[in-house]
Amino acid sequence: MGLHAGVVFAFFYAPIAILVVFSFSNDRVVGRWGGFTFDWYGEFWNNNQLTNSISVSLQVAAISTVVSVVLGTLSALALERFTFRGKRVFDALLYLPIIIPDVTMGIMMLVFFAEGIDVIDALFGITLSKGLATITLSHVAFCISFVSVVVRARLSGMDERLEEAAADLYATRWQTFRHVTLPQILPGVAGGGLLALTLSLDDVVVSQFTSGPGATTLPVFVFSLIRKGVTPMINAVSVVMFVASLILVAGMLAVDRLRSPGTNVPAATPGAIPPAESLQNGQERGDQ
Amino acid sequence: MALPAYTYLIAFFAVPFVIVVVYSFATRTRTGGTALSGWNLESYRRLGEQIVRDVLWRSLGLAIITTALCLILAYPFAYYMTIVSTTTRNVMLVLVMIPFWTNFLVRNYAWRLILSSGGPLSSVTEAIGLGETDLLFTKTAVVLGLVYSFLPFMILPLYASIERIDHSLIEASRDLYASGPQTFRRIIGPLSMPGVIAGSILVFVPSLGAYVTPDILGGGKEVLLGSYIVTQFGTARNFPFGASLSVVLMVVMLTATVAYFRQGGRNL
Repeated sequence: MGLHAGVVFAFFYAPIAILVVFSFSNDRVVGRWGGFTFDWYGEFWNNNQLTNSISVSLQVAAISTVVSVVLGTLSALALERFTFRGKRVFDALLYLPIIIPDVTMGIMMLVFFAEGIDVIDALFGITLSKGLATITLSHVAFCISFVSVVVRARLSGMDERLEEAAADLYATRWQTFRHVTLPQILPGVAGGGLLALTLSLDDVVVSQFTSGPGATTLPVFVFSLIRKGVTPMINAVSVVMFVASLILVAGMLAVDRLRSPGTNVPAATPGAIPPAESLQNGQERGDQ
Repeated sequence: MALPAYTYLIAFFAVPFVIVVVYSFATRTRTGGTALSGWNLESYRRLGEQIVRDVLWRSLGLAIITTALCLILAYPFAYYMTIVSTTTRNVMLVLVMIPFWTNFLVRNYAWRLILSSGGPLSSVTEAIGLGETDLLFTKTAVVLGLVYSFLPFMILPLYASIERIDHSLIEASRDLYASGPQTFRRIIGPLSMPGVIAGSILVFVPSLGAYVTPDILGGGKEVLLGSYIVTQFGTARNFPFGASLSVVLMVVMLTATVAYFRQGGRNL
């Protein structure tokens, strides 16, 4: 079984290793080795369209992360701590963007902006052009749900007596939140934020359907390059994107260590959110 | 407190969702526009046409093969993770997470590079005397890319459910002279079922709607549901039909999710 695990890891990492090696290959043919060179990285750096798309990607990711962290955290607090009308509907609505296939989500946004752009413009007195704004609006729509799920996992593991104690000691609601709840859930908020950032930077399909001629994100641009025909420059771009992902993983792990020392399953992983008791254990250990 | 997110999701998720459903009952005009009148079921009737059925079955087949392969690859791996030391386990978890977080496009592109004619794989098979391989733009390449993309989705829930099994149950079965396979069939298998179901849904749903992988590795030669939907909104300009296909995809996804929650799984 150890051998099997080794084979699976080889399967995971060999393609990435090969990609990195060939990004330094001095040959016009993508998969042929022709000596060492940094040329493709240079070409990538001097490609204006590429660097523009990187800046669009970063703007979209930054705005959608901030907005979805605020909205997602608020909704997590509401769902875990309060009862309100339509709570069950809201809960279900919050899950849908996580499970919907991205093609469907992309189509929904495409039709929505095609039909609704005039309505939105009239309502808010703005001129919304397809591009930065529409991509960001769509990214927020799916990021909120992921942030909310991660923050909720953290909140459900939190000892509610702490909040009650604060209230007993005449803390106002805001003071309780600011000095008791927020510090406790901060790792969850940070984890959710990193998840939102990754999802936004990663997204190809939804962005493709909402981008306009003025603005495309990096993955959309790279996707169109691949479709036109691969060049070794794409290897270099891919390696840079891979390194960016690695940095995000490192951030995620750092946050995870803060969140719950001793928990085995990284909580920011869909499909592997640790059960409440392991979060609680971690928290108790953290409190000592 | 939920109001801002609630409002946002209604405006930018629920409304688009409803529009697509409404569109699926609309009529395509001769110029490729969409007339929001004369509501009909024409788009749904077209789902029965031979060419559409072919696309649906092909996508379904590929999604099932992908899910099965992921399950076969992931199960021993996830089980192994539960029996190694905590340090090894944590290292393995991180190593599974890295591909999981790596850009989807990059991962698929890596295979495009490997499988390209005259590329690394072909050179290797030629060197060991197997002759050139030309897998790019085949069904095999698409399945390979899908398995590669979604394998972590299978490993993580499987690991979570196997790890939760009370080890004394396994010991008890061994004490009662159960053989290895018997213990697996009677104890470990049934108890890890929630993980199997969760992982299968997490792999099956995105495989069924996959768009990027079939495009990059299949070259769009094998028309699959994802790209077929996109075509309806692009070159074919048949929004109502594309909408009805999307509705089909959403129904499959919702059914799978409801089944998952019925099973008592909560770890989505």
